[in-house]
Amino acid sequence: MLNRTVAPAFKQVNDINFIKPTAKQLKNGLPVYVVNAGDQELVRIEFIFENVNWDAQKPLQAIAVNGLINNGTKNLTAKEIAEKVDYYGAFLQTEYGADLTTITLYSLTKHLPSVLPILWSVLNESIFPQHELDIYKQNQKQKLQVSLQKNDFLARKNFANSIFGQTPYGSDISLTDYDQLQQSDLLDYFKAAFQPKNCTIIIAGKFLDKDFDVLDEVFGGAWENAGTAVKNSFQFSEQEGKDLYIEKPEALQSAIRMGNLSISRTHEDFPALQILNCVFGGYFGSRLMANIREDKGYTYGIGSGIASLKHAGYFFLATEVGADVCASALTEIEKEINILRSDLIADEELNLVRNFMLGSLLGSLENAFSHADKFKSIHFAGLGYDYYDNYIHTVKNITAERLKAVANQYLDWNAMTRVVVGKK
Amino acid sequence: MINFNRFTLANGLKVLVHEDPTTPMAVLNILYDVGARDEEEGRTGFAHLFEHLMFGGSINIPSYDEPLQRVGGENNAFTSNDITNYYITLPAANIETAFWLESDRMLSLAFSEKSLETQRNVVCEEFKQRYLNQPYGDVWLKLRPLAYQNHPYRWATIGQDLAQIENAKMEDVKAFFKKHYNPQNAILVVGGNVKTEEVKELAEKWFEPIPAGDKYVRNLPKEPEQTAVRSLTVNADVPLNAIYMAFKMPARLDANYQVFDLLSDILSQGQSSRLFNSLLKEQKLFSEINAYITSSLDEGLFIVDGKLVEGVTMEQAETAIWQELDKIAAELVSENELTKVKNKSESIMVFAEMSLLDKAMNLAYYELLGDAALLNVEINKYLSITAEQIQQVAQETFKKEKSSTLYYLANA
Repeated sequence: MLNRTVAPAFKQVNDINFIKPTAKQLKNGLPVYVVNAGDQELVRIEFIFENVNWDAQKPLQAIAVNGLINNGTKNLTAKEIAEKVDYYGAFLQTEYGADLTTITLYSLTKHLPSVLPILWSVLNESIFPQHELDIYKQNQKQKLQVSLQKNDFLARKNFANSIFGQTPYGSDISLTDYDQLQQSDLLDYFKAAFQPKNCTIIIAGKFLDKDFDVLDEVFGGAWENAGTAVKNSFQFSEQEGKDLYIEKPEALQSAIRMGNLSISRTHEDFPALQILNCVFGGYFGSRLMANIREDKGYTYGIGSGIASLKHAGYFFLATEVGADVCASALTEIEKEINILRSDLIADEELNLVRNFMLGSLLGSLENAFSHADKFKSIHFAGLGYDYYDNYIHTVKNITAERLKAVANQYLDWNAMTRVVVGKK
Repeated sequence: MINFNRFTLANGLKVLVHEDPTTPMAVLNILYDVGARDEEEGRTGFAHLFEHLMFGGSINIPSYDEPLQRVGGENNAFTSNDITNYYITLPAANIETAFWLESDRMLSLAFSEKSLETQRNVVCEEFKQRYLNQPYGDVWLKLRPLAYQNHPYRWATIGQDLAQIENAKMEDVKAFFKKHYNPQNAILVVGGNVKTEEVKELAEKWFEPIPAGDKYVRNLPKEPEQTAVRSLTVNADVPLNAIYMAFKMPARLDANYQVFDLLSDILSQGQSSRLFNSLLKEQKLFSEINAYITSSLDEGLFIVDGKLVEGVTMEQAETAIWQELDKIAAELVSENELTKVKNKSESIMVFAEMSLLDKAMNLAYYELLGDAALLNVEINKYLSITAEQIQQVAQETFKKEKSSTLYYLANA
């Protein structure tokens, strides 16, 4: 007779294999990293540019270049670019991040000879037509107007600005910033940032030597741009904790976001803090979820995380809770922080979190793209694969005593900027 | 090409196995053939609330999530108007834990009062977060009852209002479980680093002892053919005026389904699409414009929606949309334009094979449609579509008397 009350035997994850990329160079010295893996005849090619020349008076300069870079070159209109890319079943995506701007091409490998020249034109010959800029400004302003009515958006924006001020990490973008965008500012930024010396190419998927030759043929020569680029650099100092409250009398729910400046991936305590974060609010079974969702029913979801940026790291917690239970939710959050500082995590919970994190790491290495993503995380932080060895070792061996010490060092309600948008 | 093996247990549970030795992981996906369309008026939102309760402990296992996390696994679920789908990903070496957990909750739930009370609150907060406390969040709560008069698609998965969720009783929960959560009404897909023989043994061990239960026979109210134009005007505290147009289109298994899908791609997929270029870029009437289909199992909707540029009147905006719809009904699309959307569809299908979970979910869904093998020939249906077919469905669909339009106006 089957006994359903007893769990089947299981194993802790032991072998986690990373596919490390092959490092290559184009003829012009541009570094290329290739994760050649997978059965499908497709490839993802990312052109990653470091953000440069930050000017707090022009906070949208890099963002608008990213938004408009595929909207017209010397010889192609925005529509022609899109039609050519679409015709080959390819996808061209542009993504602006606080440190890096990424132009990504997804394509069937066989179409690379047709698609890469279009991308070359985009990265070298974009002209940022005035009529496209005008449409962009108008439509982005409308999007921002909608976002400004969302409590979670306001909470995120005010939190970031409070911690990072007028930098790419915290810049408080307003509608008037769009009005000030000039075509000449976009061209200046484009010429400075989009050059081989500021670029890294990361490739994942089916990509053989013959495909590399095509890439080198198209991108290995001289590029058009030659502006002066100064890499962004920022320093931030810790602040006193504080409350920021934006009242919305009609709100059904309040958005809560809180946290503080913390450490980034390069710090030796980072893996330990990630484990602590997992226990606190980093997975479905976390203490915040167990208490505030699964026990109290105050929210649909609550979570915490540590963001690792190039020039800073920060800890944050975010949720949207019923407006009537906002004060109670805040009390419970503070309580959970203090328990981690005063009590040891029981073995049973800690072992569960160890297994969960190892399984989650294994599951995050699903295909060529995810192996390339793992490489990006360490590469742009200046780290090597021993980072992951150390991470896995720490997850398997960290003690409850050490986690309590980490909580006392890095998790402090009184040091947090606590933003509430809605009703308290 | 997604390989699979298939067998059926004595109690009627269909099992599919997708062997993928390139991953160390496994996926267990279980699709229950029940969605919001199976709810009764006045007790809506129940299929989704029930999905939450499936995580509140089963008859022999007090906690669902904890034992799974302990073996390195993760899970989630979603409910639509048509189906409820649960999935687990975990290291393949620990696949039996997934069988243990998933079979026990098919056998019976714990039916804990505490869980019901908490999840009623959680779902009410979800309702507020997604539908009530967001600009334009309630669009589908308004548009569905405009487009459908009889069919249960007239309510959204989340339900018609908060009160119906707050009033859910334990007896309703038990009856819903008995009616829908049995082996005959489910499709199990196991994928990843597994072998069919091993899956068969585990399925027979954990799932086969579950009683077959009574077969649920679906008999939903029919939607009468729409013969007159419908519209509704809503005023709300939003910054921009918006328009949502819904046209009736055939069910998922209709021979023309893929034609409608390509039609929506021509109108709105990406920055080379017609609506984007004509209405947003050239005429500058909209700051956002989309066309898409609801892909529902019963008669579905073809949607065109957009947010108006400030200063543009609703009449201008609506006229301009109709001009584009009339144009595609009047003139054949070019060979180039048709090839473009076909190539894109082909590419999207190849990219979908990158994800083990997507493969497992797709196999389950196509098995529900009648045969998982259809997944591997789906692209052929797209590739054989002609310009004449696109024109014909556009002519049949884009008619005033088949449209339901929601005017969503910003309060002055």
